[in-house]
Amino acid sequence: MLKDMELAGTKLADLLDKYTKLSHDQVDEIRMAIIEACLNAFKHSKSKDRQVDMIFRLRKGEVEITVEDHGVGFDPARVKEPRIEENLNSSIKRGWGLKIIRSLMDNVEIQSSDKGTRVIMTKKC
Amino acid sequence: MEDRFDLKVKEGDHCIIFYTSGYINNQAGELIARRCFEYIDTGKNHFVINMEKSNMINSIGISKLIEIIKRLMDGKGSLSFCNLTPTIAKTFNIMGLTQYAKIYPREEDAVQHIASVK
Repeated sequence: MLKDMELAGTKLADLLDKYTKLSHDQVDEIRMAIIEACLNAFKHSKSKDRQVDMIFRLRKGEVEITVEDHGVGFDPARVKEPRIEENLNSSIKRGWGLKIIRSLMDNVEIQSSDKGTRVIMTKKC
Repeated sequence: MEDRFDLKVKEGDHCIIFYTSGYINNQAGELIARRCFEYIDTGKNHFVINMEKSNMINSIGISKLIEIIKRLMDGKGSLSFCNLTPTIAKTFNIMGLTQYAKIYPREEDAVQHIASVK
C-alpha cells in the first residue's frame, strides 16, 4: 500500500462540496468514513491484487459511496464493538474503523464473502 | 487540506502545547506520542494538542493518542485538545476519548483551565 493511499478517495469527496447540497461538515464526515473504509480494505482484506475500487453515486437526496476490495472477506456480525475502557487497558488499540463509519454515515451496508468485501455508505443531502 | 504532517511544540508555563498541521495518520500519531512521552519522562504531565491546521485524522492516529491518555492517567496528567473540526470532535466523542481528554474551542481556554487546576 502506498503511503496515505486512503486519502486518494477523499479527493473525490472534494467534488461533493461543489455538486451537492451537503454542508462542509457533512462532506468532512464522508471524507473520514472513506478513509476508514479504505484503511480497512488495505489493511485487513488480504487481497492478492492489493486493489480497492471506489464508486460514487449521486442520487436525488443522497450520496452513495461504495468501497470494495477483492480480499478474503469477514463476518461483520463477529466484529466486536470497541470500547475505550478496554483499549486503555490493552496493548491493542485498534478496531474503531467500522464504528466510526457507522456513526458518521446515515446508512452503512456491508456485503462480504470469500471473494471480497463491499462497504456501501449513504449520506442524505 | 495540507496532507504533509508537521509538528511544532511550545513549552508553556503550565503545559506543553503541540501544534499539528496536516493529516494525522499512523506515523504522525506516533510522532506526537513519542514527543509527548519524552516530556513525560522529564516530569511534564499536562499537554494540549492544538489541531487548528489538521482537518483529518484516521483511527490509527487516534489510537496513538489513546496511548498518550493511558500514560498520562498512570501519572495523573492530562491531555486536552483545541481547535478541532466538528467532524474530529464528533469522532472523539464517538470513540469515548472525551471521557478522558477535554476538548476546548480555543487554546487559551485549555491553558486557562490547566492553570486553574494545577
